Amino acid sequence: MTEFGITSFGAYIPRLRLERAAIAGAHRWMAPGLRGMGKGERSFCNWDEDTVTMGVEAARDALGEDDGASITAISFASTRSPYADLQPTAIMARPLGLSPSMRSFDSGYTQRAGTSGLLAALKSGEPTLFVASDEPKGKPASQQEMLYGAGAAAFVTGTENVAAKLIGSGTSISNFVDHFRDADADFDYSWEERWIRDEGYAKLIPAAVNEALSEAGLAIGDIDHFAMASMLRGGAAPIAKKLKFEGNVVSDLDGRCGYCGAAQAPLMLALALETAKPGEKILVVGFGQGADVLIFEVTDAIEKARPKRGVTGSLEAGYATQDYLRMLSFAGGIDVEWGMRSEKTAKTALTEQYRSRTQMDAFMAGECGECGTIQFPQLQYCARCHAPAEKFGDVSLRDAPAKVMTQTADWLSYYPSPPLYVGFIQFDNGARLQMEIVDVGPDGIDIGTPLDMVFRIKERDNQRGYNRYFWKAVPALAGGKA
Amino acid sequence: MASGIKDKVAILGAGCSKFGERWDAGSPELMAEAFEEALADAGIERKDIQAAWFGCWGDSINVGNSSIPAAVALRLDGIPVTRVENMCGTGTEALRGAAYAVASGAVDIALAIGAEKLKDTGFGGLPPPFKGTFNDLWMPMGSAPAGFAQLADGYRTRYQVSKEDLKRAIGHVSWKSHQNGQYSPKAHFQKPVPMDKILNAPMIAEPLGLFDCSGVSDGSACVIVTTPEIAKSLGKKDIVTIKSLQISTSSGRETQLSDWDGATVPNTRTAIRKAYEEAGITKPQEQVSLTEVHDCFSITELVTMEDLGLSEDGQAVKDVLDGKFDRDGKIPCQIDGGLKCFGHPIGASGLRMAYEIYTQLQGKAGQRQLANPSLGVTHNLGGVPYQGIAAVSILGLL
Repeated sequence: MTEFGITSFGAYIPRLRLERAAIAGAHRWMAPGLRGMGKGERSFCNWDEDTVTMGVEAARDALGEDDGASITAISFASTRSPYADLQPTAIMARPLGLSPSMRSFDSGYTQRAGTSGLLAALKSGEPTLFVASDEPKGKPASQQEMLYGAGAAAFVTGTENVAAKLIGSGTSISNFVDHFRDADADFDYSWEERWIRDEGYAKLIPAAVNEALSEAGLAIGDIDHFAMASMLRGGAAPIAKKLKFEGNVVSDLDGRCGYCGAAQAPLMLALALETAKPGEKILVVGFGQGADVLIFEVTDAIEKARPKRGVTGSLEAGYATQDYLRMLSFAGGIDVEWGMRSEKTAKTALTEQYRSRTQMDAFMAGECGECGTIQFPQLQYCARCHAPAEKFGDVSLRDAPAKVMTQTADWLSYYPSPPLYVGFIQFDNGARLQMEIVDVGPDGIDIGTPLDMVFRIKERDNQRGYNRYFWKAVPALAGGKA
Repeated sequence: MASGIKDKVAILGAGCSKFGERWDAGSPELMAEAFEEALADAGIERKDIQAAWFGCWGDSINVGNSSIPAAVALRLDGIPVTRVENMCGTGTEALRGAAYAVASGAVDIALAIGAEKLKDTGFGGLPPPFKGTFNDLWMPMGSAPAGFAQLADGYRTRYQVSKEDLKRAIGHVSWKSHQNGQYSPKAHFQKPVPMDKILNAPMIAEPLGLFDCSGVSDGSACVIVTTPEIAKSLGKKDIVTIKSLQISTSSGRETQLSDWDGATVPNTRTAIRKAYEEAGITKPQEQVSLTEVHDCFSITELVTMEDLGLSEDGQAVKDVLDGKFDRDGKIPCQIDGGLKCFGHPIGASGLRMAYEIYTQLQGKAGQRQLANPSLGVTHNLGGVPYQGIAAVSILGLL
């Protein structure tokens, strides 16, 4: 039988982090008890990030140098897809440079979707890019607001260089309503924690774990890493204890990220894979109206499968802020006075967007066949020698090294996270364009700052609810990819 | 070989409304104000005008599309009126149309009028323009100051100027214009501003603070042109002629190719080279008496001094701080206060500059009159430094 399993994986967590003490501080007038949960930081999406953009970045991390040519299916799982009727994978394929000839399947509806989707991909036997991306949101002053985060994990499956094989799985579904969200609601409605812990986790999870262990022909003592997603802080350790598990309980990312909904178990699996040794076994639990359990065996190929950034790199890439109102504003929780400039229409000409899809989605510059000049955008004639565009070859700027040539911090434009950093970006390959620079941390940017390209929301059309995407620059992290 | 229009067209009269926050007036009233002054100055009647060019940038907050609003406002019965729009080069573009009509012999007397009503938006600064369906997909949403502010990084990189020295020099640019504004009764801002207030003003787009940005004003300016012969026949003295009119529009090279380093505005250099050639000027630093340049932002004026050849490359910081372009300097710049203080109603600005140079050359500038000027340069820059429209004119005594 041909080997099949996870061949590579990656992760993305937004760089923006909010100190939980700042959230508790903002609510101390009505919920002083939150102070007790104030340790650590949570991640949150920048104004121009959503589950699609996070998913693209996680998938890029997973693909690495791989052009994705062997992949024949793409799948996405989230409880916070940007649209009710517009498919994330169809948005993501071109930015990832994937062939349009592929099957796509997106899922959601439960925070268990991350493990269910991964399980489906693994059971399909088809080389798949699977992405779990989520940003669960808690009401202001709720415990969820303190503990939730945002992030995405991605896995590539296939038959070559399998780094982790699925050796057993178990699922039990149950209409156990620990929380729910109405289709039109902004936030979850949650039931009492003690009930979730005692009747949910403690009863539903062991049953699924035993089913998976039995399928794999293993005992709990054979497992090295226990990765259980829990929307309750510290929810995994008691279950591990109940199962008499004595190995490594995988970190729940609470210190620098928080609980990422449907992406939580996939992120924890990715984190475990970042350090697991060949031969070790990882047991993953996803929970939500039942439990999914997946047991993996790590192979010798793991060393080469590890991503550049991963969960570890993503956690380190964050920078802490204290601006609670900024997070609240991004989440639509406060309607501040943006001024009349914000009244300008952000309507997208969908016709033009479709015509320009290769350039905009894949960040495809043109290389002039006559003089070799690389240029973005690709217009009708070469900017240097005026050769016609038919002679252009495609060169994506997605992964091309670039630096700041000139820049400014613009406080005048309407921008959802002032100031707008904008500047001329000079690519080493000669291309140059004016771009937005985002996720500028406390070190700021200056002439010569090295940059990476990221797929983001270019503009939010709040009137029609349509967000168009494009590429932006972020300061490169020292020693590697953003 | 084209011979250019040097001395083929004379300014018969010019007019300029009071610039500023004209809560009392819309575009038609502003146009009438400038038009009546110009008619009186020219000593002609409305019926003597055979063609008109109307410049206006932002129709959504102004008078609407086409030339009709100007024809109706000024009751230009049945003559050809042409609407032009070339961003901040609009006023000079209108003058070019009128001047070329006279130079070609198509008409004897033509009117160029520009107007902009910016203070009907309800907020400060310019309304964010529509960039086009394609550009909206990728161009950042940056404001005008964000586009121009980047000249500072380009300039600092090329000449290794410190942030502090450059900030001081651009601060002096604005300080000087505020000094000049106090002698300009039609200017938007007529009060001097101390240097430390300029340097410590709130940031708009780094390194540009509030006082590094020009006024956003309502206003209208117009120029009536004819041939020198007709001007003479009408008894005009100290006749001011157009020595050259040149426009250079970017093809996008600067934004897309790595050749440009961000320290200059190549289109300004192209336009002024052609303009000096057309006018027969070989030593601008010796021959030019005064300039009115596009100081939309202080850094633009500093870079423009080099682009116009009035400072050697890399010397503008020193020249500015030495006062070379102050009212008592070698080549006064913005003697009427410039965009910074006289104001910047976009479509009118190029014609306001021509109005000032004409007034100075005729010796009618009152308190701000310079001693014996003979040649003046106007310069507009539409768009942004890296993708813009440079529009220059050179006016002089016949």
